[in-house]
Amino acid sequence: MKVRVLRNDGSKQWWQEFSVESSKRATVLDLLLNIRETQDHTLAFRHSCQMGSCGSCGIVINGKPSLACQTRISELKSETIRIEPLYSYPVIKDLVVDLNDFVNKHRSVKPYIIRKNPQELEEAPMEFRVTSAENMSFIQYDYCIMCGLCVAACPTVALDPQFIGPQALAQAYRYIADPRDEGFKERKAELDTSHGVWRCHFAGACSYVCPKGVDPAQAIQLLKREIYKRMFVRGPKVGAPVSVLAKQEKPISNQPKAPPLDFKSGVNQNE
Amino acid sequence: MEQLDYDVVIVGSGLAGLRTAIEVLRVDSGKFGIRVALISKLYLMRSHSVSAEGGTSAVLYPEEGDSFELYAWDTIKGSDFLADQDAVWKFVHLATQETRLIERWGVPWNRREDGRIEQRWFGGLSFPRATYAQDKTGFFEMRALYDTLLKYDAWDRFDEHFVTSLVLDGNKFVGFNAIDLKTGNMRFFRGKAGVIATGGNGQMYRITSTASSSTGDGYGIAYNAGIPLKDMEFVQFHPTGLVPKGLLITEAARGEGAYLKNADGERFMKKYAPSKMELAPRDIVSRSIMTEIREGRGIKDEATGIQHVWLDMTHLGKERIEQKLPLIREMGLKYLGIDIVNDPMPVRPTTHYEMGGIHTDIDGKVQSLEGPIKGLWAAGETACVSIQGSNRLGSNGTNECLVYGHIVGNDIYNYISNEKPSLPSIPAGKLESEQERIFSGLLGKESNGEDVYQIKDELKDTMEKYVHVYRTEEELKTAVKIVRELKERYKNIRLTDRGLKFNYNLQHALELGFLLDQAEIISLGALMRTESRGAHARLDYPNRDDEHWLKHTLAVKGAEGPSFSYLPVRITMWKPVARVY
Ligand SMILES: Cc1cc2nc3c(=O)[nH]c(=O)nc-3n(C[C@H](O)[C@H](O)[C@H](O)COP(=O)(O)OP(=O)(O)OC[C@H]3O[C@@H](n4cnc5c(N)ncnc54)[C@H](O)[C@@H]3O)c2cc1C
Ligand code: SF4
Ligand code: FES
Repeated sequence: MKVRVLRNDGSKQWWQEFSVESSKRATVLDLLLNIRETQDHTLAFRHSCQMGSCGSCGIVINGKPSLACQTRISELKSETIRIEPLYSYPVIKDLVVDLNDFVNKHRSVKPYIIRKNPQELEEAPMEFRVTSAENMSFIQYDYCIMCGLCVAACPTVALDPQFIGPQALAQAYRYIADPRDEGFKERKAELDTSHGVWRCHFAGACSYVCPKGVDPAQAIQLLKREIYKRMFVRGPKVGAPVSVLAKQEKPISNQPKAPPLDFKSGVNQNE
Repeated sequence: MEQLDYDVVIVGSGLAGLRTAIEVLRVDSGKFGIRVALISKLYLMRSHSVSAEGGTSAVLYPEEGDSFELYAWDTIKGSDFLADQDAVWKFVHLATQETRLIERWGVPWNRREDGRIEQRWFGGLSFPRATYAQDKTGFFEMRALYDTLLKYDAWDRFDEHFVTSLVLDGNKFVGFNAIDLKTGNMRFFRGKAGVIATGGNGQMYRITSTASSSTGDGYGIAYNAGIPLKDMEFVQFHPTGLVPKGLLITEAARGEGAYLKNADGERFMKKYAPSKMELAPRDIVSRSIMTEIREGRGIKDEATGIQHVWLDMTHLGKERIEQKLPLIREMGLKYLGIDIVNDPMPVRPTTHYEMGGIHTDIDGKVQSLEGPIKGLWAAGETACVSIQGSNRLGSNGTNECLVYGHIVGNDIYNYISNEKPSLPSIPAGKLESEQERIFSGLLGKESNGEDVYQIKDELKDTMEKYVHVYRTEEELKTAVKIVRELKERYKNIRLTDRGLKFNYNLQHALELGFLLDQAEIISLGALMRTESRGAHARLDYPNRDDEHWLKHTLAVKGAEGPSFSYLPVRITMWKPVARVY
């Protein structure tokens, strides 16, 4: 098996080819570990959980942003594997990229539960009541492991570095869709701008590469809808808070049901 | 060397580190202007805690029959009576409010029909009190804590900083030395208070469910600074690790009715736990699997030669598997190319959790043999209070992190607000000597010495072979001998990466140093403990011996390896009885 790695020492980059034994079960991460441990101790790449939960091992494999630990060699069906650092991030060394901008954008959308009465987040004599259906309205977006693949795949990020990007926008929606949250207004200023939700062209590349089925493209469309809705629609308030157990009679389900959308037409960076 | 000053310096951003940081910031709320540095060798949200699957125990609805007494009893009995009962009593009370608090911070707990929190059974519980968020409990907890921390301002993040040592001045905390992996430069973090929350050390074993970052660094830096490590010989092996690596197949599989079978296709658990069968406690199931393998009824994995048994779910039917065990099915397909609907899964015990750790008191304050270390705390898997004793119950790890994050955060706030300590002065030469050790001693050394990964490989094989589920005097002695040889060879270690930026070769060398010391402590502690208790099972001493061994082990670094002493267990509620299920 041949593995071609785009290496980088901070001042220059070059392709280096390694030959490694592969087995039926091996993942790309296994090959990289093998190379580092037996051939070249200087090869830099991140990894930790080895089970697709921690988001460390994002790289570009044969042109597609992927998790190294979740990509089996046998799936790739190629004799030579091409490995590059994630696109759209500054490279620090080899496959290690700078994620600072990524984590700052995540933070900029205020990704936490906001309550009108903040004291409600300091003591919890009882839980908020949430139905399973309400859980389902945001849990998919909460699955985000912050691997950054979606940003690497996004053609809009590549053109507009100020674009908040699919990961952070999906997280904004995750909290806005949460029946416990009352922070829509506080987040709106950040989202409702030309570098915010409106920048998205809906290429769908983010959802195509996302290893966790978060579907950021869908989240962004729902976010747009939410902004329109709350701007123009007066009447019964959408996203009313769920009150604490004692006060509440029956659980409310106020989340808009998303129409089924087709995201299968995502852009494959490989082609 | 760059020096940074903070009120509180926290090493580790798993559940324990994040929860501690939040607690300090939220109780202070700017009152004393406390500033926190949060250091992690990974990015903050990448800690091993994201892999926790099954649940977090808490008494939520006592009106339905659960109680603090029952929870404390389960924990203490599960610990085989090595847990300190006053600490367990405190812990079970605080777990309730922590579970509800993180609900308010966003954790999507599974719900009942009426919107209240759902709970389920877990091994060793006498009430279904494992609170869960799908089969990704730890992940969702980490998400909620990481995100919640982002709303505070009085802290700075130091992602990808590798802490190499702890600096004390006598019995007082001063700070931590760390390598900024991005630049390769050393930084010293000085603080009025320090917290070690660096997780476990499963990576000294070949087959483990832990992340590659679980290399026991926190134990290592404490031990090197003269702080005792407690009860390290109690290593938990989870019965069902997926061959070959040991990735976790959660207990929920057996909860849904999966069978364990040997090479003859026999459900062997009927010989060991005829009533509970596959759902007996972890230590018992792990021992049963290893007995089958030892007695020649295991199956040999073709590709690796690893001996295993089968976890068979084929009788459950496709529909049930798709509904209840989708993640396990995905893992089978992803890693082995097998579909559990049609084929059994190869599993064997996998190293999972370190019950022992840095010696602390009931409030998480780090203790030396002479008394408390002023200004230093430990929390989470790294700390040994002891809540877990000689065997942790499933679903009691994540909540220990949350509860002790809460306790330690408050304790630090009280310390800073009441005693108003000033920043400690740095003992002369301490920073220079660390820089010297790393840059000249490791990075700059020209030699044809030993390879890091070679020694680590041999260490993993040694621990897997000789310090496993079942232990004997002979095997433990062999382990001690090999580990000591490896330690000798380690002195002559050679790095081939001489660069500064992201020098993982250097980081792995430092981690290996910590692991070797701990392997020695674990093997020796196990050799000396001539009884069987919880996860420590001696074939040559099969019974629990309360008369001689109802006590904690303490290991302190000496010139020639660790020296051992013992500490009584605090028994405040229940006298030890036979542990039958
Ligand atoms: C697969 C698996 C499943 C589990 N499931 C459950 C479960 O269902 N329920 C349950 O209660 N428990 C479970 N546990 C146990 C529980 O998850 C852990 O005990 C717990 O998450 C440990 O958290 P922690 O905060 O102590 O450490 P970790 O999450 O391991 O975090 C350690 C932190 O320290 C940092 N660090 C380490 N060394 C250094 C250094 N030298 N310099 C700087 N930073 C450093 C790391 O970067 C990381 O941020 C499970 C464990 C495993 C392995
Ligand atoms: S949305 Fe998906 S691809 Fe993007 S960071 Fe999250 S998990 Fe990764
Ligand atoms: S190593 Fe954690 S996601 Fe791949």
